[in-house]
Order: sequence, then structure tokens, then C-alpha cells
Amino acid sequence: MSIFIDENVCNGCKGLPEGRCERICPGNLCYRKESMKAAIRDQSACWTCACCVKECPVQAIELRLPFQIGSNGASLKVRLKRDKTIWTVWDARGHQEEFVIQAKHVKGD
Amino acid sequence: MSVVYIDTDILIIGGGAAGCFAAVEIYKRSPNCRVVIMEKAHIERSGCLAMGLNAINAYLNPGQTPDIHVSYIERQFEGIIRKDLVYDIAQGLNEVVRDVEEMGLPIEKNEDGTYKRKGKRSIRILGERLKPILAGAVRKTPARVLNRVVATNFIYNGKHVCGAFGYGIRDGMFYVVRAKAVIVATGGASGIYRPNNTGEARHLTWYCPWNAGTGYAMGIRIGAEMTSFENRFIALRVKDVHAPTGTIAVGAYAKQINALGEDYLALYYKHLGGNRCLTHHRLLATVEETKAGRGPCFLDTTTLDEAQERKLKEAFLNMNPQVVLLWASDDMNPRRRPVEIQGTEPFIVGGHCQAGYWIDKGRRTTVPGLYAAGEVAGGAPKKYVSGSWVEARIAAATALEDVKGNCLEDVDHEFIQKEKTRVLSPLTKKFGLSPVEVRERLQKIMDECAGGISMNYALHEERLLEARRLLKGLQEHVRDIAAEDNYTLVEALECIDRIDVARVLVEHLIYRKETRWACYQTRLDYPNRDDKRWLVFVNSLYNIHTDEIKMIERPLC
Repeated sequence: MSIFIDENVCNGCKGLPEGRCERICPGNLCYRKESMKAAIRDQSACWTCACCVKECPVQAIELRLPFQIGSNGASLKVRLKRDKTIWTVWDARGHQEEFVIQAKHVKGD
Repeated sequence: MSVVYIDTDILIIGGGAAGCFAAVEIYKRSPNCRVVIMEKAHIERSGCLAMGLNAINAYLNPGQTPDIHVSYIERQFEGIIRKDLVYDIAQGLNEVVRDVEEMGLPIEKNEDGTYKRKGKRSIRILGERLKPILAGAVRKTPARVLNRVVATNFIYNGKHVCGAFGYGIRDGMFYVVRAKAVIVATGGASGIYRPNNTGEARHLTWYCPWNAGTGYAMGIRIGAEMTSFENRFIALRVKDVHAPTGTIAVGAYAKQINALGEDYLALYYKHLGGNRCLTHHRLLATVEETKAGRGPCFLDTTTLDEAQERKLKEAFLNMNPQVVLLWASDDMNPRRRPVEIQGTEPFIVGGHCQAGYWIDKGRRTTVPGLYAAGEVAGGAPKKYVSGSWVEARIAAATALEDVKGNCLEDVDHEFIQKEKTRVLSPLTKKFGLSPVEVRERLQKIMDECAGGISMNYALHEERLLEARRLLKGLQEHVRDIAAEDNYTLVEALECIDRIDVARVLVEHLIYRKETRWACYQTRLDYPNRDDKRWLVFVNSLYNIHTDEIKMIERPLC
């Protein structure tokens, strides 16, 4: 698995012509099912670039690694703020680490 | 299927680093010039910069000059580079970086306000959002962006390029974009060789898996001259996730060690320069260590302190978050265990190495009306992202100058129908080969016969001739590819483009009968560098009517 989409959290980006993850995925992999929940059409085609993870405003998507490489429950989520990016990483033992990194100069700052 | 007709002054194919920068540059110089960007994904996060970037590796720090930069790259590439192109790039590097900083890119600074250097030619950036920042700059111009439209071929009348055809991935429309000039900026080619990872991890590649070499393939099909495909690129990266080793080696001063804990570059590869060896010798040494039974090799990160480890993770999150996840998944924090490194599969790129269109100083290709910038432009290696911006600036200026007084050309209706039929034919077949089958066949041929990972990258004439034969056979099967929807249709088109690139690549590999760049181009049957005979560019011209690839040589200039 490369990304995990939590259908209980995904709100389907209602009102938008396409889901935000669907709009952003550089590989054209995310789409909305009839239920208006996001899905990935082919896990094996995912680059694990995390663009969809970053784009989701409700953090319904997390990045994992394919099992052949790692994973063991480790996952990563991202929140984008106007000028910074906040990363949360959970390791295999459930230990959590957070990173807040400047990502953009905003005029007037 | 309906056809969408669009007319513009300048068409840019590919909205990545070079494409976005070219659009901004054209607007700066000529605000009334109409610009269309044709982008396969969405320009907000597309191409190699989708994940972000943590350093700009082509920058002249204090003490560096364009002349020093050119000599450095000439040495790195064993004497073969287009000095004229590299010099232009070197001259423009610092200015374009300043421009992108102005767009909003945060660059790490010292207390006195100067950029934090990572190396002589490198600075640290906080580039997680580099691509959205570039896309934001494009949004401030009137350029029209066609997201999710994949370019299929140039509109070419036998004399000059007058636009391009595209397929709308979302709307299923066929696009005919007429233009007075076309700048191709699609990026290089991944997926030609069998990758390190297979199965569900097959796309955890170093280079963007959707850069399918389409820009090269479209040029090849109209007979544009291509250069140096044999100068393949193989990256030395963190095993499994292909995160950059430079972030650790240069950024955190970690040494390369073998399984015995030895500083193997210093110990066994002094003749190549030890720790100061060329980029490809770093890879060669790592491959050789494994062959000698002293592998695997690592970057020794165990001496980092806690703050350095955290800083390293931050740098990777800005560029390659998978590696942080890899460490989290197996209690593998770099302080506890050194980071294992390995070579990737070979890629065809003009940004790290120099495969691409043969261009003049103005970035004109050999086909009138067509300009090249970034990874698709050949002859100027190690240009990376900042060099691609400089090239985009030059291509934009030249194209603007050349289109003055030009008119749009009529496009023959039959010509449009023919291309439409070609593009859509995989959708009309109920049974046939799947794009997956064709891709696997291509990657098997290239891996085994044209120096892939399983051959330790080594090349040999007999195997290469076999690759030529098998690829020719594979191309016969292109007409049998079937696609069931828009998504697989794009995969099918990518396969076709990759096969065209692979065929040209194999001819280049056969032609250069020496070993010029270890691992990138190691000929077992011609193991030495031969400056008397081979200090030349190897170029190629494809003739679509006779299906022949003609090889030519160009002197160094």
C-alpha cells in the first residue's frame, strides 16, 4: 500500500467538480467513487509523492510504504498552512514525531 | 470525439520547472504575447518537482565563476559537454534563483543574510512547495494552462513545427493547438529500464514515473537531431526509496563506508580521486565493492547528534518524505543504523546528464519553430532545476524574437484525422496487449541487453545488437496495444513513446565504441576511454518514412 484513504474522514470535496486529490495527483491515480469517497485506482502506480496527502484539507489520506519495503504501521500525514507545512510521522511502535517547516515566503511577513 | 481548436503565439509543452519559468518570462518580456501551456498532469504539482526540493545544486557561491563552473562540469563529464550552453547557464544561475526567491521560495540564510551554502555550487532551500510557487507565478500571467492534456505529436508540415496535438485525459477531447513557436519542456525519460523495485513498489523510482520521454519521442518522430542518449544517468540513492544521498553526504558530512566499515573511496579508489572522485566514480566504486564481496555500502550517519538527525529528516521531508517513513517503519533512525545506498536503474535525462535535443545557443532545435529547455535539451549536464530555469529564459527570449511577423499555419484536416486515429486506436480494440505487458517486455529487453541493473550496467555489442532486434520486434506489436479507458490509453501512449526513445538509445550505445562514463556507459568490449577517436558528440536522426536511425558525429565546440 502506498496511500491509505480513510473513508470515514473523506468528505468527497462536495461542491467541487473533482476531488482535491483527484485534481492534484501527478499520476492521475485518485478519483471519486459513486459514493463520493476518494479512491486510488492502482496502488502499484503510486510514486508516494504525498501530493494528495498534502492537498486533503481534512487529512483523510495518509502515506504508507508498500509492504515489501517497510510500513509495519508507520504512516505520515501533512497539514499545509499558508506559509508552513506540518508533518506528523508515526513509527512502527506508534511513537509520534512532528515537524513544522517553513514552506513559503508570504509578502508582508 | 470532438476536436478542440486553440490558436496561440507560443505553445509550451510541459508545465514543470522549465515550462512554468518560460511562461513567466514571456509575459515579462512581451505581455501581449499569447501563451498556452499543455500539461499532462496539473501544474500545481507535476513533474520531478512534485515532491519538492531541498537544495539548488547549480548555483555560483562566492569564489565560483562561470569559467570555473564550466571546467568543473567538463571534468565531471570526461571532456564532453557543450561548453557554450553550459557557460550561458552558469552566467544566469544566480539571477534565476533570486527571481524564484522573489516568487516566494524560502532559501536558508546565514545571519548576515547570505545564502547558506551546502557545497561550492549548492545552496539549501525549503522547497517543499517549490512547484506550487512556480505555478502561482504562472497564474499571475494571462497564460492559458491546459491541465490534463497529454501531448501526442508535433504539428509538423515538413518544414517547421506549427503546434502540437494533445489528448484530454479528463474530457476525452482531441486538442489541436496551433502556434507560431513551440517550446518543448516535457522532462526526460523514466521507465525505459526495469526498476529496482517491482510489484506494488514498482513506481518508487528516483525520477518521476510519468516522465515517459514523450518530448524526446515527439522530436525523434519528426527527425529532430538528438544528442548523447548514450550518456545515461544512474543515481546513487538511499536503497529502496531513492532519496538523494547528497542530502546526507554533503549536507550532513557522512562518509561512504562498505560492509566492513571501511571508507572505501579513500582506501580502494585513490586512483579515481578517493573522496573527491567524480559523481559516476562514486557509483562505480559502490558497484565494485558489492562485486568484491565488501557490500552493501552505506552512508555513515551513526555519528550524527540528535539535532542533526532531526535536521536531516526535515531536509528529506522537503524532498523525499518516503525515507523518513522508511526509518519510522523499522526502527531505523539514521543515528542507530547507517543508511544503505544503491544505484538506481538508468534514466535518460538532460538535467543530470546530457541526453536530449541538439540545440543552438538560443535553444533552437534543428527543426525550425521548435525550442527546447530543461531536461529534454541536450549537451548541458548538471543544469538541474536552476539551469533549467536559465534555459527556459533563453528559449523564451529566442522564441519571442523569432515569432515576430510569423503567421499561424493551416492544418490539413486529413492530418488531424490521421493523428486522432493513431492516438485513439488502442481504445478501439477489444482484445490485445495491455500497456503493462508491453512495458514489462521493454524493461526486460533493456535490463538484460542494454546494461540494466541485473547486468551491473555493463554493455556489450552482441547484447546490444540483440536489444536492437528485440526492440524492432516489440515495435511491431505497438499496433496490438489495447486500452479500456482514458487512464490505460495514456499508459499505452507512454509505452509507444518509451519504445521510440529506447530504440534511439540503443543505437547511441552501439555507436560509441569506448568507455567514456563508467556505469553510465561502460562497454565491456571497449573498456578504455579513447580521446583520439571519441572526443565527439554522438548524435542521431530518425527517418519515420524509412524507419532508419542515422548516426552522425559532431565535433566539440
